[in-house]
Amino acid sequence: MDIENLDHYSQLILSLAALVTLTSFIMLAQGRLLRLVFVFALQGFLLVLATSIAAYSFDNPHLYISAAITLVLKVLFIPWMLRRHILKLNMHRDVEALNNKTTLMLGGASLVVFSYYVLHPIMQNSSMILLNALSLSLAVILLGMLLMISHHQAIAHVVGFMSIENGLFFAATVSTNGMPMVVELGVAFDVLVAAVLFGIFFLHISSSIDSLDVDKMNRLNEVDQ
Amino acid sequence: MIPAYLLLLLPLLGILYFALFGHQEDVGRQNIRFNGVTLFLSLWLAVNVFNSGTLLSTGEYFIVDSFNVYLIVLTAFVGFTTAIFSAPYMAHEKDLGKLTDKRLRLYYSMYQGFMFAMYLVLTTNNMGVMWVAMEAATLATVLLVSLYRTPESIEAAWKYFILCGVGIAQALFGTILLYYAATQFSHAENALMWSVLYENAKLLNPEILEIAFVFMLIGYGTKIGLVPLHNWLPDAHSEGPTPMSAVLSGLLLNDALYAVVRNKMLVDGATDSHIAGYLMMGFGLLSFLVAAFFLHRQKDIKRLFSYSSIEHMGLMTLAFGIGTPFATFAALLHMTVHSLTKSAIFVTVGHAAQISGTQSIDKIRGLIKTQPKVGWGLLIGTLAIAGFPPFGVFTSEFLVLLATMQSYPWLTPLLLLGIGIACAGLFRNIQPMVYGECPAGQQAVQANLWPVMIHLVIVLWLGLAMPDFLADWFTQATILISGSAPL
Repeated sequence: MDIENLDHYSQLILSLAALVTLTSFIMLAQGRLLRLVFVFALQGFLLVLATSIAAYSFDNPHLYISAAITLVLKVLFIPWMLRRHILKLNMHRDVEALNNKTTLMLGGASLVVFSYYVLHPIMQNSSMILLNALSLSLAVILLGMLLMISHHQAIAHVVGFMSIENGLFFAATVSTNGMPMVVELGVAFDVLVAAVLFGIFFLHISSSIDSLDVDKMNRLNEVDQ
Repeated sequence: MIPAYLLLLLPLLGILYFALFGHQEDVGRQNIRFNGVTLFLSLWLAVNVFNSGTLLSTGEYFIVDSFNVYLIVLTAFVGFTTAIFSAPYMAHEKDLGKLTDKRLRLYYSMYQGFMFAMYLVLTTNNMGVMWVAMEAATLATVLLVSLYRTPESIEAAWKYFILCGVGIAQALFGTILLYYAATQFSHAENALMWSVLYENAKLLNPEILEIAFVFMLIGYGTKIGLVPLHNWLPDAHSEGPTPMSAVLSGLLLNDALYAVVRNKMLVDGATDSHIAGYLMMGFGLLSFLVAAFFLHRQKDIKRLFSYSSIEHMGLMTLAFGIGTPFATFAALLHMTVHSLTKSAIFVTVGHAAQISGTQSIDKIRGLIKTQPKVGWGLLIGTLAIAGFPPFGVFTSEFLVLLATMQSYPWLTPLLLLGIGIACAGLFRNIQPMVYGECPAGQQAVQANLWPVMIHLVIVLWLGLAMPDFLADWFTQATILISGSAPL
């Protein structure tokens, strides 16, 4: 691929795809919750940029609407809500001990390679930008899962969950210029309701186990006592 | 299409109505009325489809064909009978002091919210909206799982929320890939319409669709409760209020399977490789066998029956995966009889737990002596779900077995083994609960067992002699899904 020969749109989208993936890696190794939430907001902002660029290049007004929704929901509302909970529950000084950061990072890197491996056969005939952008958004989804596996705090799980949504949103934007409006609105509504419910759950969990460490919730399992 | 619109509108009104008035004295009865009217609407819709075939709304936003209309009727019916059960049950829970007015309002409002999400999943023609509605169903029920606010129920609800949320995100990725494949030839606004995709399935890129289907099966499969994605299911079923367990087991799992089958129809149209079928068979068989073994080590009566749900969903997934007309017919029948039987069982289990004040299998004893109706209901329900003749589950399991013998004879021993192990697993636990010595001071509770009787009589009827119109209906649905008629 000859990067200089690509048009500006493709170059921008490719750089943004790389940056979005980079933010996922930063989140993966982040033990402080406030910073985690900040990087999450940053990832949301990169998505808003990518969507606006796509909207501008293809002269597609409905992408502006999705960009605006993302701005309000993922850059402002959800980070604000998470920050408020962190401060209220007095968790902003806690540093989560992540065992084996090196392995975690290597695992993340192999997930990126894996995403390329999965999508390569079907994207062979399409443009280079599509292959890269779709593979990286799948990587963001998988990295979000890895984030949830490696962190113990409920708030980090919610960040991982929402970052999976970010990956999906990026995939929809670059591959198809956004889903039909009704679907996009529906997904945004689901994300909003989920965010509110997560807020309610933080209160319930912290009053039930006196912390948000989900590893302490282990009453229900199939292991013999 | 008018009944379909009303069917969607009424539960929406219900959400609002119960959010405002859900704490009143006769709220249980109001809920029955709401669900009774939707049942009537669904029957009206069914008659329309029966007379004039597949219905498409203007703008093609909604589709009702012979496949989903019978699931709509089933959903409305189970929703209605569960509402009948839930009225005295929730009143009893309130008397015990487990619930406040506020939570009761939440419960009834979200009951309607869940029904709305189910009807939307079933009627929508847009694969994206189907995903949105499926996620909405999780959101509506997640606070109901933690309704009692015990540490266990909060843990169960959190697990349900996170696992199903992450799982179903995979289905959205699959839907995006499907949309991408469709935009190659179709106008963007129509590219997610199932009817458009189905007509043009030959034009879809088979390689993209195969990968998309993997994501969709994992995504919706989490909601079906396929092993190894099933971890949320026993927890959510055992910790929530029992009417919720009944509708989750009877409806949610079916509708998630419905979403998978709709997608499979597209993939089968695009490729000749039968890969979707093999994937479903693999996951289905694994779920069926693993759940059968897990039945033996359960200590909680509701967990016991949720593993039984996983087992039966696995069997249906296997049958849809085999994909011959015969197997599809069997799977459709099994969907119906399993829904009816399982929701009836959860109703009796709810009463049994109220009688003995616990859900622990070791402590529930002597149900037949204390309250014969509940004891017999549980025993007969378990006989039916374990696949004893002459109940409908026997018929459908027998048909699945025959279909397997026809297409993949080497799988038959595994299926027989699974059915045998599951049967033993159920009865070693049920027998002492129903007969056993009844503990001192055990009292009968106020119970409405009409829903159980109606369900079990229908299951018996389906097992003895399936009425012609129902057989026609299943045949039409089978033709739609698998391309030709059984037999």
